[in-house]
Amino acid sequence: MNKTLAAAALALCPALPALAANLTVVNFGGANANAQKAAYYEPFDKAGLGKVVAVEYNGEQAKIKAMVDTKKVSWDVVEAESPDAARGCEEGLFEKIDWAKVGPKADFQPAAVTECGVGIFVWSTVMAYDSSKVKTAPASWADFWDTRKFVGKRGMRKGARYNLEFALMADGVKPADVYKMLATQEGADRAFRKLGELKPQIQWWEAGAQPPQFLVAGDVILTTAFNGRISAAQKEGKALAVGWYGNIYDLDYWVIPKGTPNKELAYKFIHFASTPEAQAVYAQNIAYGPTNTKALAKLGDKVQANLPTAPANAKDALQFSVKFWADEGEALEKRFASWAAQ
Amino acid sequence: MDAAPDTAPPAVGSPALARSLARVARRRQLAAIALTLPLLLFLLLTFLVPIGALLTRAVENPEVAAALPHVAQALAGWDRRSPPPDAAFAAVAADLARLADSADAGALARRLNTEVGGARSLVMGTYRALPLAAGLAPDRVRAQMLAIDPRWSELKYWHAIAKNAARWTPDYVLAAVDLRRDPEGALERMAPDQRVFGRILLRTFAISAVVTLWALALGYPLAYWLSTLAARRANMLMILVLVPFWTSILVRVAAWIVLLQREGLVNKALLSLSLVDEPLALLFNRTGVVIALVHILLPFMILPLYSVMKSVPGTYLRAAVSLGSPPLAAFVRVYVPQTLPGIGAGALLVFILCIGYYVTPALLGGADDQMLSYYIAQYTNVDINWGMACALGALLLTATLALYAVYRRVAGAELNLG
Repeated sequence: MNKTLAAAALALCPALPALAANLTVVNFGGANANAQKAAYYEPFDKAGLGKVVAVEYNGEQAKIKAMVDTKKVSWDVVEAESPDAARGCEEGLFEKIDWAKVGPKADFQPAAVTECGVGIFVWSTVMAYDSSKVKTAPASWADFWDTRKFVGKRGMRKGARYNLEFALMADGVKPADVYKMLATQEGADRAFRKLGELKPQIQWWEAGAQPPQFLVAGDVILTTAFNGRISAAQKEGKALAVGWYGNIYDLDYWVIPKGTPNKELAYKFIHFASTPEAQAVYAQNIAYGPTNTKALAKLGDKVQANLPTAPANAKDALQFSVKFWADEGEALEKRFASWAAQ
Repeated sequence: MDAAPDTAPPAVGSPALARSLARVARRRQLAAIALTLPLLLFLLLTFLVPIGALLTRAVENPEVAAALPHVAQALAGWDRRSPPPDAAFAAVAADLARLADSADAGALARRLNTEVGGARSLVMGTYRALPLAAGLAPDRVRAQMLAIDPRWSELKYWHAIAKNAARWTPDYVLAAVDLRRDPEGALERMAPDQRVFGRILLRTFAISAVVTLWALALGYPLAYWLSTLAARRANMLMILVLVPFWTSILVRVAAWIVLLQREGLVNKALLSLSLVDEPLALLFNRTGVVIALVHILLPFMILPLYSVMKSVPGTYLRAAVSLGSPPLAAFVRVYVPQTLPGIGAGALLVFILCIGYYVTPALLGGADDQMLSYYIAQYTNVDINWGMACALGALLLTATLALYAVYRRVAGAELNLG
C-alpha cells in the first residue's frame, strides 16, 4: 500500500509542472506590479500565449540561490535589480540570454542588453517634495542639504547606496565625476562627512512606498524617492513634485533562473514584454522609461515628460554604477552601519 | 512438549531469572526509545541539523581552494611583502582558465571581494580575458596578467588569496567580533570604520533590556490584577491580552505607524490637550521600536506571570498584614518574592525573543536602531555572503546561550514556564 502511494506520488511530481502551462513571473509588487499586469501579464494571456502567475518578492536573491542550488526552480522569470542581475549572472544563477529569442539588440538601449538580463524599464532615484508646502522648488542636492532654506526632516533610503552619491553632488562634485571620486578613500570620507552634516535631520525609509507617505503625512519636507512612486501618488491627486537634477537612474532586468522547466515559455514572455507596444502600455501605467527605443514614439509628450528617459530629465543624471557597488558595496554598507551608530 | 521447562518460572536467584528480568527491562527500554524516537528525529532534523549546518557554514571556506588549487603551493614561500613570485601569476592564470563554469569564477570573485573591495571586478575581468597563449614562460604570464588588469600588482589581492587558500577559515567568526587577521596571520582589530558588530550587539542587548523592563513594568500589575479576579472575568480579560498576540505582526506594526506618525492620533491628541507644542518624533527612531516591541512581546511576560501568580495562595499576604505589616511592605516582601519564578521566566522569554526581532525595527526604526538580525538578513539577501550571515547567527546563538547560563547561575533554577 505504502509502496503504491509512494510510486503514485513520484509519478505525479514530475507531471505537475508539465500539467500547469503557467508561467511564474516574480516582481517587486506595488504600483509597478499593477502596471506590469496591465501591460504584460494580461495581454500575454489574452494573446493565448500562456497564463502568468505573478509572485511578489523584495529582491531577496537568497531564495533564487537556494532554488538553483537545490535544482528545484519554481520561478520562471524574475525581475531583478541591476546589481543582482549582474552578480547572479557571474555566479551562475541565471540563464545566459539567447537574444535571437528576445528581439533585435539594436532596438534596445545599450544598457538594456546584457549577458543574462533583458532590460525592462529605466527607473530613477530622485528628489521629491510636496509642492503645496514647498514654495520655491529645490534645484540641486546642495538645496537638499540646506536646512535653513528648507526647514524640516529629510527622507533617505536606509543604507549607503545612492546617499553617498547624493552627498558628493551636494558637496559640489559633478555627476560625471561622482564614482571616480567615491572610489578613492578621500572621496568616501568626504561623502560620509557630508552625509553626517544632514544626519540629525534624516528620517530613514526602508520600502519604496514610504517616501510618498512621509511627504503626504508631513513627516519630511524633502525626500529621496523612486520616481514611479511619486508619479503614482500624483495620479491619486497628491501634490507631489519631482526634482530631476542629479537623479540616479538604473534599469531593472528580466532574468531566467537557471534550470527552470519553462524556459521556452519564459523566452516567449520576455519577447512579448520587450515589444514596443507592450512597453508603451507599461510606461503609460507607471512613469518608468521603456528600454525598447521604438516604444518612445508611441508615447505622448505628457507621458514622456515624467520619464527618466526624457532628455530634460536625463540631462544631469547619473547612471548607477553596478561595477562600483559590486566591488565596494559590502565594505561601504558596513561603514554606513558604523557611521550610523556613531 | 519439550517447551514445558521453559514455561515454568525460573527459580529465585538463578541466572535464568536474572536473564529474563534483564530481557524485560531491555524490552521496556526499547519501547520507551521507540516512543520518543519520532520526537528525537524531529528535533534532530529541524533543530540540531540546521544549527550544525549554520555553524559549519560560518567556518567553511571552499571557494578559493576549489577554484585556485595550485596557487597555495605557488605562494607557499612568499614573504607577503615583496611582489609574489612569477609562479603564482602562472598558477592563477592556469587555474582561472581551467574553470569551465563561470559560476565557479563568480564564487571565487564573491569570496575574495568580501575580503578586499575590488576583487570581484578583478577576478571576473581576468577570467573573461583568459586563456593566455599556451606555453608562455612564467615571467611573460606576469606581464600579460598585469596588462589585463594592473591591479594584479597590488599586494592586498594576493594577501586575500593567500589567506583563504585553506578550506576552513576563522575570518567570518573573527569579523563578527570586529577582529581580523593581518597578512602574517596575527590577530588585529578591524579598521575603525569597519568596526561595527560589537556596537550592534550592545545595541541589540540594550534595546532588548529596555523592552523587557517596560514589559515587566506594564505586565506585572496587569497579571496581578487578572490573578485576583474570578475565573470568568479573568478569562474574558485574558482574551483581550491574547487577541493582539494572535494578530499578524505586520498588521500591528502598520497600526503603530498610523498611531504614532507626525500627524497621527497620538500626536493629535497630545497637541489638542496642549501637552506638547509641536508633534513628538515617535516613529523611525528608538522610541517607536521600543513601543512596538513592548506591545508585541507583552503577552510573553503576562502569561508566565499570571500562571505563577495564580498558584500563590492569598493567605500569606493576609497573614503578613494581620501580623502588622503595612500592606505595601507586605506586598513587596511577601508577595513579590513568591512570584520571582514568573518574573524570571517572563523576563527571559521577552529578552530572548526580542534579541532576534527583525521586522519591527526594520520598519519602525532608523539607521541606528537596527538589531543584529537586520544585518544577518542583509548578508543573506543583499550581499549573498552566507558565511558572514552564519557567523553573525552563531554570535547571536552564543550570546543567547551565555545569557541563559547567567540566568541559571543567578536564579539558581531551570527555566520555569509555570
